Amino acid sequence: MNAPARTAASAAVAISARRLTRKFGDKIAVDHIDLDIPAGRIYGFLGPNGSGKSTTLRMLCGLLLPSDGHAEVLGLSVATDAEAIRRRLGYMPQKFSLWDDLTTDENLRFIAELYGLEGNVEARIASARATYNLDELRGQRAGTMSGGQKQRLALAAATLHEPELLLLDEPTSAVDPQSRRDFWERLFGLADAGATILVSTHYMDEAERCHGLAILAEGRVVAEGSPRSLMAGVDADVLEIEDADGSEAPRVLQPLPWVHGVTQLGTRLRVLADRNVQDPARKLRELLAAHGIDARITKTSASLEDVFVVATRRDPRAG
Amino acid sequence: MPANKFTSSLRRMRAVATKEVRQLSRDRVTFGMIVGVPLMQIMLFGFAINFDVRNIATVVQDQANTSMSREFIAQLRATQVVRVAYTTESAAEVDRLMREGRASMAVVIPRDFERRLQSDTRAVVQVLVDGSQPTLASVATGIASMPVLARHGAGPYSGGNRLTPRRIEVRTLYNPEKRTAVQIVPALIGVILSMTMVLFTSGAIVRERERGNLELLIATPLGRLELMIGKLLPYIVIGLIQTTLILIVGSALFNVPVVGNLGNLYAAALLFIAASLGLGLFVSTLAKTQFQAFQLAFLTLLPSILLSGFMFPFEGMPEAAQWIAQVLPLTHFNVIVRGIMLRGADLPEVWPQVAKLAVFIVIMLTVAVARFKKRLD
Repeated sequence: MNAPARTAASAAVAISARRLTRKFGDKIAVDHIDLDIPAGRIYGFLGPNGSGKSTTLRMLCGLLLPSDGHAEVLGLSVATDAEAIRRRLGYMPQKFSLWDDLTTDENLRFIAELYGLEGNVEARIASARATYNLDELRGQRAGTMSGGQKQRLALAAATLHEPELLLLDEPTSAVDPQSRRDFWERLFGLADAGATILVSTHYMDEAERCHGLAILAEGRVVAEGSPRSLMAGVDADVLEIEDADGSEAPRVLQPLPWVHGVTQLGTRLRVLADRNVQDPARKLRELLAAHGIDARITKTSASLEDVFVVATRRDPRAG
Repeated sequence: MPANKFTSSLRRMRAVATKEVRQLSRDRVTFGMIVGVPLMQIMLFGFAINFDVRNIATVVQDQANTSMSREFIAQLRATQVVRVAYTTESAAEVDRLMREGRASMAVVIPRDFERRLQSDTRAVVQVLVDGSQPTLASVATGIASMPVLARHGAGPYSGGNRLTPRRIEVRTLYNPEKRTAVQIVPALIGVILSMTMVLFTSGAIVRERERGNLELLIATPLGRLELMIGKLLPYIVIGLIQTTLILIVGSALFNVPVVGNLGNLYAAALLFIAASLGLGLFVSTLAKTQFQAFQLAFLTLLPSILLSGFMFPFEGMPEAAQWIAQVLPLTHFNVIVRGIMLRGADLPEVWPQVAKLAVFIVIMLTVAVARFKKRLD
């Protein structure tokens, strides 16, 4: 995390994977994915449960061996150099994995010993406590903490050895909104200091804050890019139908083959229409009029959720 | 650099061991078991489970009712093995009391008791024992070897000895004086160590897997061997503490001496602790949950207790059971520890058992270490 390393790394790739695959028996959890994650950035994995986010993260930190393909983390192969990688990365599993019956300080000291931290360890622990707002919890056992407190402790432990790369598996799933905001502030602080952060999430707002993003579905990367470019390049027209509240509109629209998604937002309906359809607004209006619904339809820009819906929909042409 | 590597490795092991002790000291139930299990067991086996059975509720049917038969009954009473709870004249009553379980033994003295005593061919007294109670069977043998009853041909006193009831020395034959405690306490060291060592270690490792701690641990530079050694170290100390506790209680409460060398005894205990920890480690590689670990540990414990010669003499077992017993470390440890504690043997004098234990340790640890992966799959 020192300055020269950062400038050298900023253009570099922290993680690259080619055809990375993991099977559990017959089930393919991760299916030939390619990744190029730049150093010094926050990169997100967005996907539903079971899309292969956790399995990919576990392969990247050497907890699971790939069934096929390979990945390089910080220039080292996950298959052969897992031990060397482990010294340079911090990993925060989805489930709180520190020791419930140890206090904040005891947990942090134990982690410090495992990484063989040199110099004034107590000072480093004190500074981690200050950064993650743990001073009042220093003597409290982790098992008695709230979700947000546990998460701060877990992040403090994962960053104690100042890793170049942080892998965070759904770090905010058990945390209130304010704690989530604070947590992301800290992630940006770490990224500014030069760390690469790979974070998995199923929250759209969190995904939108990442520098880069891969949307995973059924073990594959179905879309990749910055949130802005993903939203701009969404493969659908986004239309909003006003005052369709309580009408039959959703039931009329959902079965249409060229409608990729219908979402109700209060009194509005958000419709994702296939790009190949000419003037979808007019088509929708005519269709709804035939069902006696007088709808006001406007075209709007895509949100990340729209991107997600389009990217993760089952392709009707493929089985 | 290698020295540096070595010290940082030691540091990690020490960190794991410290954490383990700290967690143990906070887990009051487990911590209590370290002392509680040996104490409870030694009390149970020392007092309650007593192989010198006494005060068996007995029904006496004295058909002879002569001074000689009454004297015989008095001597039976004096053994303290028998408590004459009922006397009756009817055979049906004997039957009923036995069937209802109110009497566990019946002594039937025939009408021609005195005449039978003169004869060498006929049994003088009939003893009925409730066979559904396992320990009573041995009592039957004890009673049968009383000289007056031995005339029908069984036991060392059969033959032409012309014994009279006055010469019955039941006490010396049955030997109710603390024999069980002397046999049990040394073997109890092994039983308690198998119980706690296998259960604690397998539980401690599986718990970390179950709670997700292991996922974090294996993502750190902590090595596989460092993790295992660090986790096992505290239990070696605990095993030695338990051994000491049993020796102290055994000597203070049950007068069980240590005839042999204490150093030898502790060396043997260390060997056995290593064997049990190896087994615990192996169990931890098989089990996915603490509950499974507990069941597996119990699965190894039961044959150990039953087949190792702890409760039942090894010689009496069928051949298949003896083969199984050979695989159990407790079998060999029992021979070693009884040899050292009671017969004053040195370790080299029980070398075949020491060698077998060593082989067990090497195999167990090799398999466990090979199976203990530093990955999730």
